[in-house]
Order: sequence, then structure tokens, then C-alpha cells
Amino acid sequence: MSLTARDIAEITRLLEDSSFDELELEIDGLKIHLRRNGDIPRFPAKGDRPQSTSVESNQARSPLLENSAPRETPPPPADPDLTEVRAPLLGTFYRAPKPGAPPFVEAGASVEPDTVIGIIEVMKLMNAVRAGARGVVRDIRARDGALVEYGETLLLIDARESR
Amino acid sequence: MSIRRILVANRGEIAMRILRTCRKLDIETVLAASEADRDSLPARLATRTVCIGPAHPTASYLKPELQVQAALGTGCDAIHPGYGFLSERAAFARLCEQHGVTFIGPTSEQLAIAGDKLAARAAAKGVDVPLAPGGEAPSLDVAHELAARIGMPLLVKAAGGGGGRGMKLVERAADLDAALELAAAEAGAAFGDARVYLERFVARARHVEVQVLGDGAGNIVHLGERDCSVQRRYQKIIEETPAPGIPHELRARLHDAALRFAGRLRYRGAGTVEFLVDVQRDEFYFLEMNARLQVEHPVTEAVSGVDIVAAQIAIASGSGLRLMRGEAWRDGCAIECRINAEDPARDFAPSPGTVHSVRWPDAEGIRVDTHIESGARVPPFYDSLLGKIIAHGRDRAQALTRLRAAIAITRIEGIATNLGLHAEILADPEFMRGGVDTGYLARLLARPARAAARQHG
Repeated sequence: MSLTARDIAEITRLLEDSSFDELELEIDGLKIHLRRNGDIPRFPAKGDRPQSTSVESNQARSPLLENSAPRETPPPPADPDLTEVRAPLLGTFYRAPKPGAPPFVEAGASVEPDTVIGIIEVMKLMNAVRAGARGVVRDIRARDGALVEYGETLLLIDARESR
Repeated sequence: MSIRRILVANRGEIAMRILRTCRKLDIETVLAASEADRDSLPARLATRTVCIGPAHPTASYLKPELQVQAALGTGCDAIHPGYGFLSERAAFARLCEQHGVTFIGPTSEQLAIAGDKLAARAAAKGVDVPLAPGGEAPSLDVAHELAARIGMPLLVKAAGGGGGRGMKLVERAADLDAALELAAAEAGAAFGDARVYLERFVARARHVEVQVLGDGAGNIVHLGERDCSVQRRYQKIIEETPAPGIPHELRARLHDAALRFAGRLRYRGAGTVEFLVDVQRDEFYFLEMNARLQVEHPVTEAVSGVDIVAAQIAIASGSGLRLMRGEAWRDGCAIECRINAEDPARDFAPSPGTVHSVRWPDAEGIRVDTHIESGARVPPFYDSLLGKIIAHGRDRAQALTRLRAAIAITRIEGIATNLGLHAEILADPEFMRGGVDTGYLARLLARPARAAARQHG
């Protein structure tokens, strides 16, 4: 396999600079599927095993599937002023109402309980996620366009700074 | 098309079972778990686990869109639905088809036919598979006319139901109207389909089913039959293969009828065609087709040497039945006991809780399919199956001896189980002779000595 991580980064840059939205590439059994605008790739580039080789060990598993242990529910923040906003359902998390638009909230933004902080998409159905607490957005943990699990922490809200 | 990563849309022992074969085949797995199953044994065996929702199945395991989204979001190319939950929902298979995720099972059209008992009856009739006298009852007049022809007693069944749900026994013509009304109302509420039909009630029959595999192109093979007559309220608890005491010629006719039915559907994947068999009269009737993996598939695997989950995956990835060739028919006999978290002394009430300690048997000819280890929680939201103990032997006597010994050394502390009932059945002369009918367990439970023992302790 001759492709390196740098090659893939370069290919990604080329796509970004081009007028195309999507790129599919197959070299020596390595399949790369790149798509613009945070849509879910069917076959994550790094996650795919080359078709031509047989992978025997768990060590060779794709990065996507590295965390084989079940994710523990994160312990509640030690600071009582911090509130975790958790994913109310499994789906794809989006920080902005549409691709290219500014995010609903950035770190430092003041929010009310009904402020929309993101969207979770399930099968083309967009579900608004609200802050559920008053305060200032501290730590945005969920990545834009990533799959979030039910109950996963999306961001933290600090109640102190709004007083 | 090769399958490289499978989302397991199920839990419990069947999730373990599917994960095991995936490991053997070097296929990556994503377990879609509810919050209650996040720390379960299958969650640790899977390559990755994603939490799809709260414990209650209607908010997690039964949500087609969450399962498909989880598959897409983790780059899975296929979904294995297991049994129960979404496994026989045509709409779920269709959603997978629409999103380019391979549904490991039949096509959505085949699921729709198998799920509609009237359509299934019509398909059976079309290939001369014998049916119990009966038919659709769209109005009271038609129903009474039909009932007069069928004779009493008869069953009112839901067209959209199955597995005994939504079924009413009618013993006198005067009770027919009330039963029809009740059955239609129940069926409408439970399955969203109020259509009911009538069928002759065969009182002394055995439940015999045939395991089939189809490639979707019209090629069907069978892997022999299973006798599942030891049941309580249509819930099977002991299954075995081959069905004891069935004449060779009748057995061949059963196999052939199953092949014809599955062939008519150009069936794809693993499925089971169920029959009621009246051995005395040398007759049998088509009951229904279960278009999925069955709980009791391991007895067939023990005797045939075929890994049915691997066969399902091979068929779904387009390899057809090729992998079936050259597999050794091991022969002999296999019997399975379903170990449930339920209390026979309290009318089989479910007994969820924490399993403080467990000891499963480990001996020659014994296989255990389970997700229960010491410290495991049995949540109240799901079915009560803790595991299955399967014994294989060169003949029925040896399989029985091994199974009795295996049941005797099994210990499950912390919750009530039906282990004691299994020990009783396996030592009962009537069961040991073989060939009991579906009324056997109810009669055993009603025996005076047993009833008295229950009252005293």
C-alpha cells in the first residue's frame, strides 16, 4: 500500500479546492470516499479495510472501531455549576442549521434553557437539541457531523457566568 | 459483495451468538445496545458498542430508524436483526434496502407474505402444502358458515399475528361471535390489522418445524426438522432434532412440503416452516413460516454441522448456498433446554434482578448459548431467556443423559429460574419415551402430586 496519511490529506485538500462535492477513489484495494459538507460517509476512508488483504488481528482494526470497551457513562462534572447537555437520541450531530452556516452556539455564548444548541439527524429527520439550562457554553465536546450515542455529552454549560 | 462490518440489532444470548460467528469470520461488529445493556457481555464482545436509546425497547431496539442510522453512522454494510424485535418487520427490511444497508434476512416482500397469515396460507395452498381446514372470516355470516364446515372446537387467529398471540379457542358455536369480536379488537390493537381467520383446532398434535435455507434465486435446502412440542401457552421450552418416532415417509413429506413452500417464495436466507403433525392420523398441517433465525437453531447446527448464522451471512453477501456444500452431516440427536428467568412456582412470573453467581455446564457434547455471567443484571424490559443448554449425542438416549447431567450441575443464584422444571421433564417417563404432543407440559404441570407440592411449598 503506497498511500500515506499525507497523501490522503493532500487528496482531501484537492477536493476542498475543487468544485466537486464528492470523490470516490480506489487504489490497490483501498477505497476512499470523500464528501463535502459533513454528510455521513458510507465508507469512512480511514475506517475501511483494504479488500485485497485479510486482517487477522484486532490490532489492525480500523480506528473507527478502536474503542471496543463499552463507553462508560461519563461521571458528572465535579463542579456543581456545570451542566452537561446530553444527546436525547442517537444520530448525527450538527452544530449549525445548515452546511456553511455559523454554528448555533460557540464556547462563551450565553444560553437560555430553550436555546437550540445543535441538531441531531435521524434518517433525514432533524431534531433540535435545546440547552435545558441557563448559563454560558463552556466546552463543546461533540464534533460536527459525528455520530453521537444516546446520552453522550454534547457540551457543558456554566451557570455561574450568567449571574 | 462482501460484508465486512455488521450491526447487531439485538441483545442477550442471540447477540452473543451472532457476534461469535462474526469473530470466527473476521467480520467487525457494532452492537446497538440500549442503556440497560451497555455493560452486558455482548457489549464487551462486540468490536464497538453504540448506545441507541433508553432501556425500554419501544425507544431503542424497536426503532427502525435508530438502528439504520447507527449502522450508517458506524460504517456498517449489513444489519443482523436476530430474532424478535425488528427481525420480521417488512418495513425495517425496506428501510435497510432503501439506505443501501444489507438486511441479513429475507426480502421485505417475503417478510410481508410470511407475516400475513392469510397470504401465507394462500401461498401454501398454491403448492399443495396441507392446511388445517379454515379461512378468512370477513363477516359473522361467513364465519358461521365456515365454522359449521370446520366443526368445533376451532381457533380464531389474527392474520397479522403469530406465535400464538391474538389467538382464541372456541368450543361452542354460541361463543363464536364474542370470540371473533374480541380477537379482531385485540389483533387491531396489537398488530394494527384487525383481520381474523378461523382454523380447525387440532387437539393432540405435535409441533414440528423444518429449517430451510434459500439463496433467493429459487434454490432451497433443508437441514432437517425440529420437534418443539414441549410448550406452555405456545412458548417453547424444549426442542429437539430429529423429531422422535416420526415414520420415515411422513418425515420426508414434511421436508418436501417445507421446500415447496419456501420455493414458492423464492425464499432468501434462513427460515423455518412450522407444521402441526398428527402422527396417529399420519397427517400434518402448515402453521406459519418464521422468516428469521430461530431461538432453537442450535439443535439443528449440532446435528447438521452447519453454522446457520454463517450461512445467513454468506447468503446475504451473495455467496448463495455454496458454503453449504462439503459440510459434514454429523448426525445423531440434539436436545435444547431454554433456561428462563421465570418462577414456575409463581405461575411462571418473570424474575428480573441480579445474577449473583452462575455456573454453566462444560462437558462433552454440551453447548451453552448465553449472555449471563456472575453479576449480570436481568432487566425487566426484555424477554426472560437467560441461555440455552444444548446436548448432542449419537442417539436420543445419550443426548438426554448428557442434558440431564448438564442441567444438574448448572447453578444460577439470585433470581428464580425454570431449571428445576427442566430436570423434572427430562426425567419424566413420558418425555423420555419421546413424541409428546403440545398439551404435554400443561398436563404435567396439572398433575395432582405437583399441584400439592406447589401448595405446600
